[in-house]
Amino acid sequence: MNLTLKIWRQKSSNDKGQMVEYKVSEISEHMSFLEMMDVLNEQLIAAGEEPVAFDHDCREGICGMCSMYINGEAHGPDRGVTTCQLHMRMFNDGDTITIEPFRAKAFPVIKDLVVDRSSFDRIQHAGGYISVNTSGNTQDANALPIAKEAADKAMDAATCIGCGACVATCKNASAMLFVGAKVSQYALLPQGQVEAADRVMAMVKQMDLEGFGNCTNTGACEIECPKGISLENIARMNREYLKASLKG
Amino acid sequence: MGGLLKSSIARKVAMALSAFFLMFFLLQHFAINITSIFPDNGKTFNELSHFMGTNPLVQFVLQPVLIFGVVFHFVMGFALELKNKGARAVKYAKNNGGANSTWMSRNMIYSGLFILIFIVIHFIDFWFPELNTKFVKGDWSGMHDGEFRYFDELQHKFAAAWRVALYCIGFVFLALHLLHGFNSAFQSVGANNKYTNGLKTFGKAYAIILPAGFIVIALFHFFSH
Repeated sequence: MNLTLKIWRQKSSNDKGQMVEYKVSEISEHMSFLEMMDVLNEQLIAAGEEPVAFDHDCREGICGMCSMYINGEAHGPDRGVTTCQLHMRMFNDGDTITIEPFRAKAFPVIKDLVVDRSSFDRIQHAGGYISVNTSGNTQDANALPIAKEAADKAMDAATCIGCGACVATCKNASAMLFVGAKVSQYALLPQGQVEAADRVMAMVKQMDLEGFGNCTNTGACEIECPKGISLENIARMNREYLKASLKG
Repeated sequence: MGGLLKSSIARKVAMALSAFFLMFFLLQHFAINITSIFPDNGKTFNELSHFMGTNPLVQFVLQPVLIFGVVFHFVMGFALELKNKGARAVKYAKNNGGANSTWMSRNMIYSGLFILIFIVIHFIDFWFPELNTKFVKGDWSGMHDGEFRYFDELQHKFAAAWRVALYCIGFVFLALHLLHGFNSAFQSVGANNKYTNGLKTFGKAYAIILPAGFIVIALFHFFSH
């Protein structure tokens, strides 16, 4: 496949940045999108140019590092995949592909396609945990019976890899699917319910402080989420928040 | 409660609650308007209009609440839109919104803006003259030439083709707004459960049937006058 790539190049967080066009040839349809980017970078290095900076780590859809807004969609046109799982067979020979970083005020660009998603970490620090005494008298994990439905839903919520595709996709750059998943995974389990009210208040407060937008229920996040996190989690977060607020 | 009034979720819930109120009002407005096409020469419509126009509870309690609800929904809607625009300072060069969301959900601000324009025209047509008659002239009789005036006023207004066309366009935008807004309001207050699919169908029916009904009423009076 021969492709034209329009890629966002930005030297640093202070640089204005611009779209730059590149040509790549002999791309195999079996390559992942990141492997195609590797080919481009080898080409750029051979020509003495600065390679395109992009995030990646596990390259098997688990770590949530790879980002990229490809042809107007987070992680590209495929569903239920991260960019590392996106294959070049999704594109046609001769295509022009637009590649941009995830855009949000709360995800500032560091360089080229790399964005700073530490706002997610700070939301997690605000309440995405349970306080357990692990000093030698830890309970057996199975000592506390949990309903199958609750366990399944908590596990579904916990599959969120914090990649930020929800924010990148949302027309309002809202982080509510991410926060909804993190709140839900604990709120559904007895171990998490002890601190549920404090958790949701703290996480939502931090989310607002980071400058994410307000959710308007377009549902785009659910469609673009590589892990299929459901909007049900946002509704649960809203309920948890209302409950916690009314309790004072 | 302090947190409830300040946060993003509180604003979302407030939008939803004002939307519920407005959707209920719309249903009531429709229920009265539909009587204007009954084959009784506007008798039922006149009686209901007179009751709504002179009942102290409706005029002095429900009407101010309605005005507050309308103003709140618009002001909060525009404020949220501005805030949301600010959450993404640099726009995407290419954005394929149609791949993951409906046009209606992405353009609530525009459908809302057209509804606002429609409401202003509607107020100029009906509500401001009504306020003038009752509160400025002090005439609460609802009569003109010995008969109730409401049905005649309605028919007179809908004799003009341009006004009927304008109202129909307004109702189309109302339908587009409701197609997303109805179920969005339920999601905002946390209602996402086994009834959601059924509710979505009901919401779509509400969003199409109600504005279509208003269009039928407007056209009926245009062609029957």
